[in-house]
Amino acid sequence: MVLATLSVFSALMVVLSKKPVHSVLYLIFCFFTIGGHYLLLNAQFLFAVHIIVYAGAIMVLFLFSLMFINMNKESEPHKSNLLKVAATLVAGCLLLVLVSTVTDTGGSLPAPSSESQIGTVSNLGKALYGDYVLPFEITSILLLAAMVGAVMLGKKNIE
Amino acid sequence: MNSILNHVPIEYYLGLAAILFTIGVLGVLFRRNAIIIFMCIELMLNAVNLLLTAFSTLHGDAGGQVMVFFIMAVAAAEVAVGLAILVMIYNNVRTVDINVMNKLKW
Repeated sequence: MVLATLSVFSALMVVLSKKPVHSVLYLIFCFFTIGGHYLLLNAQFLFAVHIIVYAGAIMVLFLFSLMFINMNKESEPHKSNLLKVAATLVAGCLLLVLVSTVTDTGGSLPAPSSESQIGTVSNLGKALYGDYVLPFEITSILLLAAMVGAVMLGKKNIE
Repeated sequence: MNSILNHVPIEYYLGLAAILFTIGVLGVLFRRNAIIIFMCIELMLNAVNLLLTAFSTLHGDAGGQVMVFFIMAVAAAEVAVGLAILVMIYNNVRTVDINVMNKLKW
């Protein structure tokens, strides 16, 4: 599929591009393609949340801190060739293991139907505020703690 | 269009998630810039999210998609704190090269 090819390509470019800003832009593109996959799976709520959280919030955070740190230049000294080869080898082995486990499970599953109504906002809302209301509230506490922690770390000098 | 989309097998989503996850691992091993390592971690989280969504749709169970929602919240919190730490480190040592940050190593 075209969308899958695009996401794999942009993910590769995240790793391979020299300038960090290019990496961030490719990552945004990759997130949009993954959002497209959510739409194909008829998970509209997740699509909206994904675009808002990743393409909106997290990417702005990344770009902001990149500008703050101001390393638009290729200052990164590269690892030795041995390490690069080793990293590629390890990643290739991981991919081999993952794909072989997938193929060895046998027994083909049915395709996920894109007419499934499970991902609509109303269905997920019922699940979120019904069965999963306690984890939902705990998540809000987690976000509050992260916010306080980020502000604390961002202060210049804490006595 | 729907007749084509209905027949995307789950194996394709498994393969795509595996490839994306591997690219994330490759990036973590490959690069030395701490911000790019963070981005690769996001890539791995997204691969897992995609897989959870595919299986949730396959089984018609909303639990998987709720889990994806929680993973997104945790990822947002992690990125906020992590980038704050990175900016702090940059203010102290003027670099984000992970080979410089070896004070905790031994």
